[in-house]
Amino acid sequence: MTEVNSIENIKYDIIKLYQDNKNLIDNKVGSKITQLRDKALADFTNLGIPTRKVEAYKYTNLEPVLSGNYSAEFSPDLFKVNLHDVFKCEVPELETHVVLILNGFYYHDNKLSGLPDGVIVSSLAYASVYYPDLFNKHYGSYVDTSEDGMAAMNTFMVQDGVFIYVPKNVMIEKPIQVINLCYTFKNLQITRRNLVIAEEGSDFQLIFCDHTLCKKSYLTNSLTEIYAGENARVDFSRLQNENNLSSQLTHEYIYQLANSNVISNILSLHGGFIRNNVYVKLDGEGAENHTYGLFIGDEKQHVSNFTLVNHAKPNCTSNQLFKGILNDSATGAFNGKIYVSKDAQKTIAYQKNQNILLSPAAKMNSKPQLEIYADDVKCSHGATVGQLDNEALFYLRSRGIPEKEARHLMMYAFANEVVSMIRTENLKERIIDLVDKRLRGDLSKCTECEISCG
Amino acid sequence: MLKIENLKVEIEGKEILKGINLVVNEGEVHAIMGPNGSGKSTLASALAGKNGYEITHGKVIYNGINLLELNPEERAHNGIFLGFQYPVEIPGVSMVNFLKTAINEQRKYRNLQPLSASDFLKLLRDKQELVGLHSKLTNRSVNEGFSGGEKKKNEIFQMAMLEPRLSILDETDSGLDIDALKVVANGVNKLKSPENATIVITHYQRLLDYIIPDFVHVLYKGKIVKSSGKELAIELEEKGYEWIESEMG
Repeated sequence: MTEVNSIENIKYDIIKLYQDNKNLIDNKVGSKITQLRDKALADFTNLGIPTRKVEAYKYTNLEPVLSGNYSAEFSPDLFKVNLHDVFKCEVPELETHVVLILNGFYYHDNKLSGLPDGVIVSSLAYASVYYPDLFNKHYGSYVDTSEDGMAAMNTFMVQDGVFIYVPKNVMIEKPIQVINLCYTFKNLQITRRNLVIAEEGSDFQLIFCDHTLCKKSYLTNSLTEIYAGENARVDFSRLQNENNLSSQLTHEYIYQLANSNVISNILSLHGGFIRNNVYVKLDGEGAENHTYGLFIGDEKQHVSNFTLVNHAKPNCTSNQLFKGILNDSATGAFNGKIYVSKDAQKTIAYQKNQNILLSPAAKMNSKPQLEIYADDVKCSHGATVGQLDNEALFYLRSRGIPEKEARHLMMYAFANEVVSMIRTENLKERIIDLVDKRLRGDLSKCTECEISCG
Repeated sequence: MLKIENLKVEIEGKEILKGINLVVNEGEVHAIMGPNGSGKSTLASALAGKNGYEITHGKVIYNGINLLELNPEERAHNGIFLGFQYPVEIPGVSMVNFLKTAINEQRKYRNLQPLSASDFLKLLRDKQELVGLHSKLTNRSVNEGFSGGEKKKNEIFQMAMLEPRLSILDETDSGLDIDALKVVANGVNKLKSPENATIVITHYQRLLDYIIPDFVHVLYKGKIVKSSGKELAIELEEKGYEWIESEMG
């Protein structure tokens, strides 16, 4: 009962926080955003914060995460810093269009140039006011706030994030890199909301990098809707590298039309608590989705991935691969589902989750699921949890490779299956480098911050 | 080079080797034969330093050092090579990366600079040719998708790359057809020199038609019960292991 009581209290605190600050929260956003808040709030009031009794959150306890002491700021004007001075990206030499998001707000001094005609990269709040036609058509269309209380919470608390629009048949050569920075001198809760519209035949790469620049606790609830029109091709990567005091919930809702091709690659390198939800709806024939994840956890980290790939139309293909390496007393969870609706004949859908536990105290829960209502499909799923293969370790050592290096080679090989799926060659090289560093323990938890605020 | 004195080894409390004595000198080829379960592979694994093999008694002196005190990688650095009976598949670890790491770790131990990329590639090509390993195999993960014969060839290829002083080949002939057997034997013969030595562990005499041993030892129930010249292998082939069993009672 204590859990229920406590989590009920947190729920009412959140609702009160919203109601007390409604004017500030609504200050700069367009009507579509404010319209959706009421339903989301009703959904949240009804659903509450998901407890472990909710199937999707069975292995993830949100209570200790949400009961932390966080302040909230509803005005971006409070964060007047020159980010270009304090932040240096750890994915260096990668030519990208960089977009900085500071504590959930689109940074006031983003220096974007050279994007093809018609492409819009802007603040979500700004887009909701100045591009209402584009915005209103898609915003809130792909998320179902009556399914997940945390998605509902995001939808009534939202103030800002990034808006990306790529017109029909436009290809962007350099990746768009959205760097989400947490940078304050106190613990903070952050809401981020992003909308990505890939019109018919467009083709681009998108990278989200999540960082904390200070040794403070951050609680981020981030939600991204991605629309991929017919024949659109979107390569999406998320790189999570936050400090171990921080907690992060991410939701991706990917909606795909015929013959679109979306790859989503979530790399969880650091962070105290990480929960990623990926919802995919394949709603046009010939659509193809690849959802991959790699998580590396140690100390007391918790990394949980949830997926739901919904095959709503025939002849679509999906492929899920999630791999985890857990050390110390880190815990992990994979809870994934392939759903094939009655009419989705000729579906090809795969799902695989493989995990390595490096210590006796590390723990992994895996629950791969299939729910199939069509009769002519090719689907498979599976999960494994194991240790590093001792026979292989001995084989490597017998050739003169020291144990530490042999273990590294094997962990790296294990992780590489996910990283090698990244289709952007130079991004892949950078990520390989980061994963290599992470596995060697050389990747700092705070990024190379110029200001020491710890 | 190698002196084994009254070596006793247990696995999970069960004594497998019950007092092995063996001396191997530079330039020599020794064959160790014996029926299944006699302890042949245990001897090979114990010499290479595999975990789980408890040495309860005896000494192994290798070039003046106590071999049993070294971990597997240190034994390799000192020139010991084990050719595996069942080479392990290691998905995701590329052959090239594996060999480069192994060679450079061994060089580091000997205070040598790492091989340059071009020197490494040249070595790779030369040794591939020597053992007749198809170049497509070195582009794969270690042993992954290799046929039985390719895996054994790959062991000899690694031996050629690492240039060990003492090679222990554990049932390198098992599962090979006669052509693959010739290739493997040919590789071993080409690598033979007055400075290095080889221990060939085998169940059958067949391999010894191609790798001519200087000494043949018969291992039976954890002990070497017969040692002689190459003619012993032929005698064993004719009379079978029942001969040993009946002699030993």
